[in-house]
Amino acid sequence: MVTDDTKPTDGERRPGGRRSLPNGAWRAILIVVAGLFVALVVWFLYSIVDQARPIFSQLGIGWIFHATWNPNKNQYGLLPFILGTIETTAIAMVLAVPIGLGTALALAYLVPPKVKAVLGSAVELLAAVPSIVYGLWGLVALAPLWREYVEPFLSSVLGWTGLFNGSDDGVGLLLAGTILFIMVLPTMVAISRDVLAVVPREQVEGAMALGATRWQVLRKVVLRDARTGLLGAFTLATGRALGETVAVALVIGNSDYIAHSLKAPSATLASLIFNNFGEASGTELAALFGAGLVLLVIGLAVNAAARALVRGRVGAAGGATSVAVA
Amino acid sequence: MTTESVHTPPAGAGADVGLSTGEVFPDRHEGDVVMRLRDVAVAFAGRTAVRDVSFDVYNHEITALIGPSGSGKTTLLRALNRMHDTVRSAKVTGSIRLGDTDVYGPDTDPTLLRARVGMVFQRPNPFPTMSIYENAVAGLRFNGVRKKGLLDEAAESSLVAAALWDSVKDRLKAHASTLSGGEQQRLCIARALAVEPEVLLMDEPTSALDPIATKRIEELIGELKDRVTIIIVTHNMQQAMRVSDQCAFLLMGDDKAGELIEFSATSKLFSQPEDPRTLDYVNGRFG
Amino acid sequence: MSVLTLDPANDPILERRRLIREAAAASVRRRKLSSTIALGLCWVFLGLAVVPLVAVIAYTFAKGIVAWNADFFTQPTKPAGIPDGGVSNAIIGTVIIGAVATLVTIPFGLLGGLFLAESDGRVASAIRFSADLMTGVPSILIGIFGYVALVKEFGYSGLIGAFAIGMIMLPIIMRACETAIRGVPGHLQEAGLALGARRFVIARRVIVPAALPGIITGGLLAIARGVGETAPLLFTIFGSQFVTWNPTKPMDALPLVIYNNSQQPDPTLLSVAWGAALLLMVMVLALSIGSRVLAAYLQKERR
Repeated sequence: MVTDDTKPTDGERRPGGRRSLPNGAWRAILIVVAGLFVALVVWFLYSIVDQARPIFSQLGIGWIFHATWNPNKNQYGLLPFILGTIETTAIAMVLAVPIGLGTALALAYLVPPKVKAVLGSAVELLAAVPSIVYGLWGLVALAPLWREYVEPFLSSVLGWTGLFNGSDDGVGLLLAGTILFIMVLPTMVAISRDVLAVVPREQVEGAMALGATRWQVLRKVVLRDARTGLLGAFTLATGRALGETVAVALVIGNSDYIAHSLKAPSATLASLIFNNFGEASGTELAALFGAGLVLLVIGLAVNAAARALVRGRVGAAGGATSVAVA
Repeated sequence: MTTESVHTPPAGAGADVGLSTGEVFPDRHEGDVVMRLRDVAVAFAGRTAVRDVSFDVYNHEITALIGPSGSGKTTLLRALNRMHDTVRSAKVTGSIRLGDTDVYGPDTDPTLLRARVGMVFQRPNPFPTMSIYENAVAGLRFNGVRKKGLLDEAAESSLVAAALWDSVKDRLKAHASTLSGGEQQRLCIARALAVEPEVLLMDEPTSALDPIATKRIEELIGELKDRVTIIIVTHNMQQAMRVSDQCAFLLMGDDKAGELIEFSATSKLFSQPEDPRTLDYVNGRFG
Repeated sequence: MSVLTLDPANDPILERRRLIREAAAASVRRRKLSSTIALGLCWVFLGLAVVPLVAVIAYTFAKGIVAWNADFFTQPTKPAGIPDGGVSNAIIGTVIIGAVATLVTIPFGLLGGLFLAESDGRVASAIRFSADLMTGVPSILIGIFGYVALVKEFGYSGLIGAFAIGMIMLPIIMRACETAIRGVPGHLQEAGLALGARRFVIARRVIVPAALPGIITGGLLAIARGVGETAPLLFTIFGSQFVTWNPTKPMDALPLVIYNNSQQPDPTLLSVAWGAALLLMVMVLALSIGSRVLAAYLQKERR
């Protein structure tokens, strides 16, 4: 097994690296593979931009904020879908932050060790359920419940806010937001729990030893210490919510108009593409790619911010614990 | 219950009483008893970690818990401010009294107790997201103190007592992480002092520090005697000799549980210990 | 037991102590109540978080198990009205597409992960960054990319579906491999080098086996994610009523069947959809749980 390759090369003398690039054919193979991956990503990005080009050259950029989507009349506007995306994500996060944070706190500090693993896995398994199954379940099991009980109840209690006008359809923003909440909950909980659990024990004990109650310890020391990481968890979960397609498409009611009530049907950028792509051609197709581009930009920005926030606290937070996105 | 070994005291140690009556302690102190331990034992999930501990802690004195690692010193110390409460498998038996209060009594509130019995830890643990000032008053805030005047007064007083005031008084808003290791530990001492506890527990407070910082903190501990009663765990015999008035020597027995071997005035424990095991330890034959 | 006394010279301390004790005693009830309520809420939320999981699984099981009969597994999909429909073609499609995607992405992902683990330069950072970003891309976009990039040229086929699924799996596997390989202690490689082995051999014989638990876990999770996806398949494999083992043709897959059937008012088709949903869920959960169990087992095996 002795070969010339054992002599140190420039690669191995490079300072700072734990390992260095190997030499010879092996190096070539690795570089080719990495290059292929980069090529794939570039090809992907280029295709989206290229396919969207026609509509931007026709209508400039402003069309993104127009409120009417009617391809038959050659009218294109993404505002209803941008709003729908934001609204469903907002509903999801309004629910996910307290419930996710509370669950993460419970898992990290309140639950006895024996039960901790089981419950933690249970919440994480929520992430494994395919999106289409959530969509089907939402449509068949939850939508009637929403129509019969949840929406009337919310209208009666919160109707004064003006957010709950209109008929009780079951499908719509509320249900979509709720399904999204369920789908991003595992992300929120898993990352928050990891961030909360690495708060040094000495901090916790130091606060206890001063006469703080358990909640005071959690609030003033643990949550404060984990702030940045928790913000990262929030952002990562938001990123997932923004990109979710199939489950939302099944329960959001698919209206092309701006929704004026939380109960109303709506659509997101992702569901718009999902529902219309099969039949679209020409300008409409370009417009759908335009919507895809907008979605991509939003999603990438949010995810990049999230990674920056989380990486500082917990190390490689990406990798194997991924959540289904569509 | 006796923790004394059966051998005759050396001649001249006549002031020690109680070997035969079961009363364990040299009866020479005039001071008041701040804490009284009787038959204290701590077990985790049924396995005893430390047992048969009985001694008195006297007001304004420094009591050291010494012994080789594994002898249960820290476990015992943490039982005194109920730090084991969060460990589900922990069971503390025996009697621990702080003044008139039964530390483990049903009517005793642990959070109120911990304002009376403070703790300083082995590694300095100032709260990183808080400033120096906020660290100093953290304990007060936890205990519901709101008045700015009282907070400021307590912060200054405790930082002065910790010999930190002069170096930080102009930068109270700076983050605690800007301090050196020794300074951080002194901040933690100030933080513990600010709630005006009656007893201060110190768990090897200098073992994570360099020799110079260690020396400064040992001096500090000596000065703090007037303000609080101190119980300090140390694995450093010289430190115990330098700093403490009384010493409790613990050792792991054959059942892997630590037990109190001997408790007496420091000078006596190191020069004329009663128990041969103590003699071995102070002569450096193990641990 | 006597009361504590201090000399008069320390009066300010005594006075402060008294004030602090008063404040503490006065506030303790409120503080403990807040604590109990807040912690209680945390427990409630924990319960709330588990409820949906139980609900989804239970409901899917109840609705889906009814559809599981012999026909379900042996007959291909039939349109509404025609009896004896099943999902055999969809099962085959899902398995084949999943297998093709896995066979391609595992080696690429492993090599890519090895590359990332071995280098710390700016290029590597950029690649790592793009891998992370790709895991966040909505899969619908990957689906439409697959369409314009390949389907327009080559028509619908299972291979293109596998390509799209592979695009989703690749960054996951790459990062998982990188993490696993970085976790291998450096001295193992140094020992290999010291023995005079070539780096390729070291990689094959030493590093990859040591990193295997992480790699397998990452791989299984990536597969679980991949086979559950719908959007990438919708525009690339088109669906088919026929049982086909040939991935170069249009195929069907479980997620597609579920989606298509959910849009139809026919209760039989809907029941088939539930059966497919249950099957898909079982597959994905088995992979997820399996990867966890395997990881724990392998961790125990290695010191």
